[in-house]
Amino acid sequence: MKELMKGNEAIAEAAVRGGCRAFFGYPITPQNEIPEYMSWRLFEVGGTFVQAESEVASINMIYGACGAGARAMTSSSSPGISLMQEGISYICCAEIPCVLVNMVRGGPGLGGIQPAQGDYFQAVKGGGHGDYHMIVFGPQGVQECVDLMYNAFDLAEKYRIPVMMLGDGMLGQIMEPVELPPMKDVSQLPKKAWATDGTGVGKGRRIVNSLLIEPDKLEAHIKHLEEKYAEIAKNETLYEEYMTDDAEIVLTAYGTVARIGKSAVHMLREKGIKAGLLRPITLYPFPSDVFLKTAQKDSVKKFVCMELSSGQMIEDVKLATHMLKPVEFFGRNGGNVMTPEDIVDFITKEA
Amino acid sequence: MENKIIIAGFGGQGVQSLGMFIAFASIHDGKEVTFLPSYGPEMRGGTSNCSVVVSDKPVASPIIAHPDILIAMNKPSLYKFESTVKPGGTIIVNSSLIDDKVTRTDVKVLYVDANRLAVEAGNARTANIVVLGAYTKLSGVFTPEVMKAVIEKKFAKKPKVIPANFAAFDLGYNS
Repeated sequence: MKELMKGNEAIAEAAVRGGCRAFFGYPITPQNEIPEYMSWRLFEVGGTFVQAESEVASINMIYGACGAGARAMTSSSSPGISLMQEGISYICCAEIPCVLVNMVRGGPGLGGIQPAQGDYFQAVKGGGHGDYHMIVFGPQGVQECVDLMYNAFDLAEKYRIPVMMLGDGMLGQIMEPVELPPMKDVSQLPKKAWATDGTGVGKGRRIVNSLLIEPDKLEAHIKHLEEKYAEIAKNETLYEEYMTDDAEIVLTAYGTVARIGKSAVHMLREKGIKAGLLRPITLYPFPSDVFLKTAQKDSVKKFVCMELSSGQMIEDVKLATHMLKPVEFFGRNGGNVMTPEDIVDFITKEA
Repeated sequence: MENKIIIAGFGGQGVQSLGMFIAFASIHDGKEVTFLPSYGPEMRGGTSNCSVVVSDKPVASPIIAHPDILIAMNKPSLYKFESTVKPGGTIIVNSSLIDDKVTRTDVKVLYVDANRLAVEAGNARTANIVVLGAYTKLSGVFTPEVMKAVIEKKFAKKPKVIPANFAAFDLGYNS
């Protein structure tokens, strides 16, 4: 029988089963169930839990622990993630694999505590200084949180890159049936030839560093990062096409909003409007190819991008589709969430 | 089958656990379900609500604009959500705390004297289970046996309270 789990708790359990053995974090609504869960769960599997003095400390503990080869994660919500940006930039430069969770709340500033998607730019475009990216997932429900989180550490270590789960307050709080995967055997994980774990004695120094003071060396390193991102885009891009085969109006959204959009698709089809939905699962790398392919279809008349923000992902949609078809925007903000009926109203009024 | 329910009341009335009982029953029955609680700076005495969608198919939107069933445990909840109920839908009113009548004529209304029946069942804190009984009968989505199995499982660590909860469920189911 499936279990009923809250998004936050399911993410935490999937992380543990995926090999996470250390958590560093600082409390903030609406993700507190993650550290709460980890505080007792990691103890059971011989792991480490630290409630740090701040988010700045949390992210630098991640730098240290993951730099030494541990599977460690942190979680926070928007203002807390903002505080981590310096550390994330360092981690990306030093190519340290780790997993981060952002259960987004309304911003800017302290904003509110209700669901929002206003951190899209921060998550996929950088957020900290310099040229870097993370792999960013936008899971739509609790089961997808589990499935993506379970393999997030493997993915992070494969490419030596942070993986971020970009959810929202709704995803953190919702309860749904889930099937949990088995516990990975952490003793069987591949050794890390680069990690500063003390096993490289006599075989040359291992250095984990983000300072490359010589321009040529830094440029070469950035070039290497670019090649890595291209490789990730080639291999790891994920998306879902939902009733898009004959769609004239293609809705697009990520995360929980995509599910509201799917209900809207059904309601629109009942009214005789051929709607479908295209959902990026990886927000970085963005599934540009399928957007272009969809835009090139004669049957497609327009895209409608739906977000809990003033419009952020829409910029990637416009870039990816080469603006071959109009891209309209429907959003709510401040912690308010649209209903399927709101989406239907928006589309039928436009039509 | 898709059953969309909004449950609302004061914090402390067992609004969230009432929703969770329905969610647990869904899993027990192999149905799909989403349980979305309101969250915020609410506390005991403040307002509290949750949205539950039970379905045979995977649930798309967990957000409900027009519920099939509204369970109003107190007056502010009835005022807030009465107008949203789908025409032909149902409102379950906790008449112990709500002396107003539902003004809409296009919905079914069931008045349940939940707090009084809870006392009758032997535990004043079981008003939400009384309403769970009424919901089970009215919606027909779950059998009373499934709900009782869930109640038994959820109170496995406090077996002393099970008889009163069963009694509360039966009083609600037969109300």
